Amino acid sequence: MNILYFAWLRERIGVGAETLSPPAAVETVTQLMDWLSQRSAGHAAAFADRKLIRIAVDQVHSNPATRIIGAKEIAFFPPVTGG
Amino acid sequence: MAHKIRVQRAAFDQGDELTKFSARNASSGAICSFTGQMRDFNGPDKKSSETITTMELEYYPGMAERELAELVAQAQQRWGIDDVCIIHRFGNLTPTEAIVFVATASAHRAEAFAACEFLMDWLKTKAPFWKKETGPSGTTWVAAQSSDEDRAKRWENN
Repeated sequence: MNILYFAWLRERIGVGAETLSPPAAVETVTQLMDWLSQRSAGHAAAFADRKLIRIAVDQVHSNPATRIIGAKEIAFFPPVTGG
Repeated sequence: MAHKIRVQRAAFDQGDELTKFSARNASSGAICSFTGQMRDFNGPDKKSSETITTMELEYYPGMAERELAELVAQAQQRWGIDDVCIIHRFGNLTPTEAIVFVATASAHRAEAFAACEFLMDWLKTKAPFWKKETGPSGTTWVAAQSSDEDRAKRWENN
């Protein structure tokens, strides 16, 4: 599974992308964020305030309850500010 | 319906883009366009703000193009529009450079105006781009505005 980070999440974590294999018990985006938070202090800092985090599963806007079984690409980012 | 979506690092001339867009839509009586340009200050008003010298736009390659195409498809379902052009920059920008350009073509003005406004309102809240501004006190990520969410929500019931 490819995990992508953008903007300040990328900066806090220190990388823009990771290829990881979460355990089978990780079935939702929330569970994935909990699991990722344990990887490093940077991950923990990035995922500390979940209200500020937006999610895309396979490039479609999703939410913390979205199931991730079979997903190929999961992205975490702040609310968008383009335009 | 024809449409063109470009996400690019290079600066572009919105005047040239509008001329080309009009020229390829000879059967449309109404052409509406919006340009979002980089301004030279941050915050709600110039007096209480800092000067901004440069901006960096980060985006999600793949999803950004996909999301813009989805917005165009939604606009097409709602209004009879002949053509749409969306150009969005990424990378480094300086004040007065165009960040985004949206143009719509339709038979008459009402649909071109509405579709253009809808596309911008939804782009602001859905397209995965992030602005980082640099001024005298350093570099900061721009925070999303709740007013942009409110504007996008107006279209949900229309």
